[in-house]
Amino acid sequence: MNRRFSLFNATSLTLGFAFLYLPMVILIIFSFNASKLVAVWGGFSTRWYGELIQNEAFLDAAWVTLRVALLSSTFAAVLGTMAAYVMVRGGRFFGRTLFSGMIYAPLVMPEVITGLSLLLLFIAIGLDRGIMTIVLAHTTFSMCYVSVVVSSRLVTFDRSLEEAALDLGCTPFDAFRSVTLPNIAPAVISGWLLAFTLSLDDLVIASFTAGPSSTTLPIKIFSSVRLGVSPEINALSTLMIGVVTIGVVVASLVSKRAIARQQKDEQEARRT
Amino acid sequence: MLQDGSKSIFAPWSDPAATPLIRFQSVSKKFGHFTAVNDLNLDIYEREFFALLGPSGCGKTTLMRMLAGFEATSEGTILLDGQNIAPVPPNKRAVNMMFQSYALFPHLSVADNIAFGLKRSPMAKSDIQDRVEEMLKLVRLEQFARRKPHQISGGQRQRVALARSLAKAPRLLLLDEPLGALDKKLRQDTQFELMDIQERTGTTFVIVTHDQEEAMTVASRVAVMDQGELVQVDTPDRIYETPNSVYVADFIGEINLIEGNISPIEADRYALDWAEGQPPIIGTSQEMLREGTRCHFAIRPEKLAISAEPPTDRANCVTGTILDIAYLGNMSTYIVELSNGQTLKAQVANNRRIARRTFTWNDQVSLSWTDTAGVILTR
Amino acid sequence: MNLRRFILIAIPYVWLLALFLVPFGIVLKIALSDYALSIPPYTPTLDFSAGWEGIRAFFAALDLENFIFLTEDDLYWRAYLSSLQIALLATFVTLLVGFPIAYGIAQASPAWRPTLLMLVILPFWTSFLIRVYAWIGILSNEGFLNQALMSIGIISEPLTILNTNWAVYIGIVYTYLPFMVLPIYAALDRLDGSLIEAAEDLGCSRFSAFWLVTFPLSRQGVIAGCLLVFIPALGEFVIPSLLGGSKTLMIGKVLFEEFFANRDWPVASAVAVILVLLLIIPIIFFQRNEQRQREQD
Repeated sequence: MNRRFSLFNATSLTLGFAFLYLPMVILIIFSFNASKLVAVWGGFSTRWYGELIQNEAFLDAAWVTLRVALLSSTFAAVLGTMAAYVMVRGGRFFGRTLFSGMIYAPLVMPEVITGLSLLLLFIAIGLDRGIMTIVLAHTTFSMCYVSVVVSSRLVTFDRSLEEAALDLGCTPFDAFRSVTLPNIAPAVISGWLLAFTLSLDDLVIASFTAGPSSTTLPIKIFSSVRLGVSPEINALSTLMIGVVTIGVVVASLVSKRAIARQQKDEQEARRT
Repeated sequence: MLQDGSKSIFAPWSDPAATPLIRFQSVSKKFGHFTAVNDLNLDIYEREFFALLGPSGCGKTTLMRMLAGFEATSEGTILLDGQNIAPVPPNKRAVNMMFQSYALFPHLSVADNIAFGLKRSPMAKSDIQDRVEEMLKLVRLEQFARRKPHQISGGQRQRVALARSLAKAPRLLLLDEPLGALDKKLRQDTQFELMDIQERTGTTFVIVTHDQEEAMTVASRVAVMDQGELVQVDTPDRIYETPNSVYVADFIGEINLIEGNISPIEADRYALDWAEGQPPIIGTSQEMLREGTRCHFAIRPEKLAISAEPPTDRANCVTGTILDIAYLGNMSTYIVELSNGQTLKAQVANNRRIARRTFTWNDQVSLSWTDTAGVILTR
Repeated sequence: MNLRRFILIAIPYVWLLALFLVPFGIVLKIALSDYALSIPPYTPTLDFSAGWEGIRAFFAALDLENFIFLTEDDLYWRAYLSSLQIALLATFVTLLVGFPIAYGIAQASPAWRPTLLMLVILPFWTSFLIRVYAWIGILSNEGFLNQALMSIGIISEPLTILNTNWAVYIGIVYTYLPFMVLPIYAALDRLDGSLIEAAEDLGCSRFSAFWLVTFPLSRQGVIAGCLLVFIPALGEFVIPSLLGGSKTLMIGKVLFEEFFANRDWPVASAVAVILVLLLIIPIIFFQRNEQRQREQD
């Protein structure tokens, strides 16, 4: 009613979204280019996809990345939820300020510094670099993201529900498991997804903390695109963009349906 | 209000020579398939305090927003001083609005909020300052000029909003639920202040409200709306005493409604048969009603007299037992159940201490009223 | 204190101490050490087996030599200044691009808003590396942009954009745009629509209502968005190394190269320490802004 959509709004949205999406669209189109010359259209072909799935180095790197992402996002979800709970419901304890500082600092710390400092730590304690060190590094910075996501949900979560559970005879742990956790579960899941994506995506920290035998996909991509555009990377990028898009669209449809169902239920409840 | 020394009452709507300030000519407003305002005709006169009253969704806010210029009419025209206002955008209309949320600019001080509209007008800088001070004085907020909106109370914010919308001396001031955000006590005080300011500035006020008490208190005329149509436009006393429909009667205050069939007695007197074994209700109506018309008899609870024995000098009398008593402090409401199961409400002023109350639960009582106490409604 | 609560607090606490704070302490320590041709390539190393004497020798050998070196070699100075300049300018351009988008979404009908927002967030979920990489094919001399511009006759010679700072600006604006749009949208969404109507009612045109009411009231969103772009852009590594040229100096790239190519760990650490010091000011500013916003809500 009071917000009028003008021509200026339409133009800025069109240009803005063109800017955001055209590069990716071009990338996707050229992944089907038959020519090896990346800027010249040589007809439609799925040749690069074929070469990609035969490229063992990429497949190995992808497998390493997937394992790292699964492990680190799961650890990060657990640790991050704990940290969020401590921050929101933990009350006062010694070093609380330091704790919250350590939760927020990694969010703004340049990746080069996080990577450098972790590498120096692993060397100092004589830990051999490999998948485990990447997992440790990724868990550390993504648990901070998880804890921010989860604590924003915990803050809005009505504390009297937990108190009611305690009043009805739950131990604090029972109350957390049977009342708090189901209610913050969506936030924990989105935190997990965020951690998973961050881990899949990370180049800089992985470059510092990976060993020679644990090359992740971003490291592999980076080293090959440093030399310029390659059609195989176009194909790989298209696959990755496709997976993410499907994931995000499905996730938003699921949540949209959940909201619609809830609204419908509420409407029906009001009618009866 | 007094006019030119003569004792005549302010009632331009009953003067056929008076020209209205605002004229709605068959105005309709549709949102998609939803009709918010349907073929509406209405005149509002200069210096009136006009209230648009109705439940939420009745179209009253849409009517106001069309006056302010935030909605265009779908059909019909709105005239201000005889000029069609459709082509005039909101920022060029000599109409200002006081928003329900007050819409005070949080980044500006009280004085800057009041000066906001003046700065958009060709007024000289020094004049603006004088006008702002005048306005601050009008709403008694001189000491708060430099405060930001979040640093003052809700009642003060309401007054800033009023001052801001009055600062440009609009031909017409629109007030959207101006007192809705205030608590009851403050609301009553503010109602009188609002009336006082309206009289002092001589501005035409149109107020939108869903609170019938508020509308009755402040307005010179009240328009009761339902589903995009005006049901009745009249002075508060006439709306209360002679509602033209069951809807208005029921919406304003408390009322007893009795449904039955009409039979004419003589001239304007009618009898209403409404239940087996109960005497017909005798009432009056200016309308010509035919035998057997289905009608409602409506009577306010305070018009019913309650007594232990049936009085002989009243046209109507029924008997029943007291089902419930609601003590409201200044008065008590008795709910009386008649032999046929119908309940009637009677209100009695508590002139005496409660301990001396004459009637109590399950007492047999008579309810009586004169033939002109209620109204017969055909719709 | 009950044991469960202690454990609950201790686990994430110890984790962060061990993997965030201690490593940072090590960076600080190495920044104060000397370069050596050994593994690890710095002295002194803390030798606990030598007991108290070892610890004293360790502290005695610490000095500010590396920091002095940073001030002497103008490469570092120029890298910090150029990072600051690139980050600032890129942030400003991102604001110019991002504000109209956020405003457009806020003005769109409520039915459309979730979809538009999702379209802004979606690139954030796709790989950062890929989004930067996509520009290589567009900006190169024989790339898509030059082809398009030449085919419509705007230019006759291909523009050299890739491997210059221009490409870095484009890369930063492109990748960090969602960080700018989302907080500004949030601020605009919170804005009470009747404020704009009130401004118009009091005589403002749509344009002046925007400048007098909408823009000032979205200030906190603008500040948050700018800092969310500026802070990571300052330490950016991927964008300058893929899109920038050999002349592009950004501190993240210098640090990476100092560490991996030159293997000068003490200097790399000193570079890192100064970068953190540089970031403290905008971070404190950001926290203040967020806090003020929370208080207003």
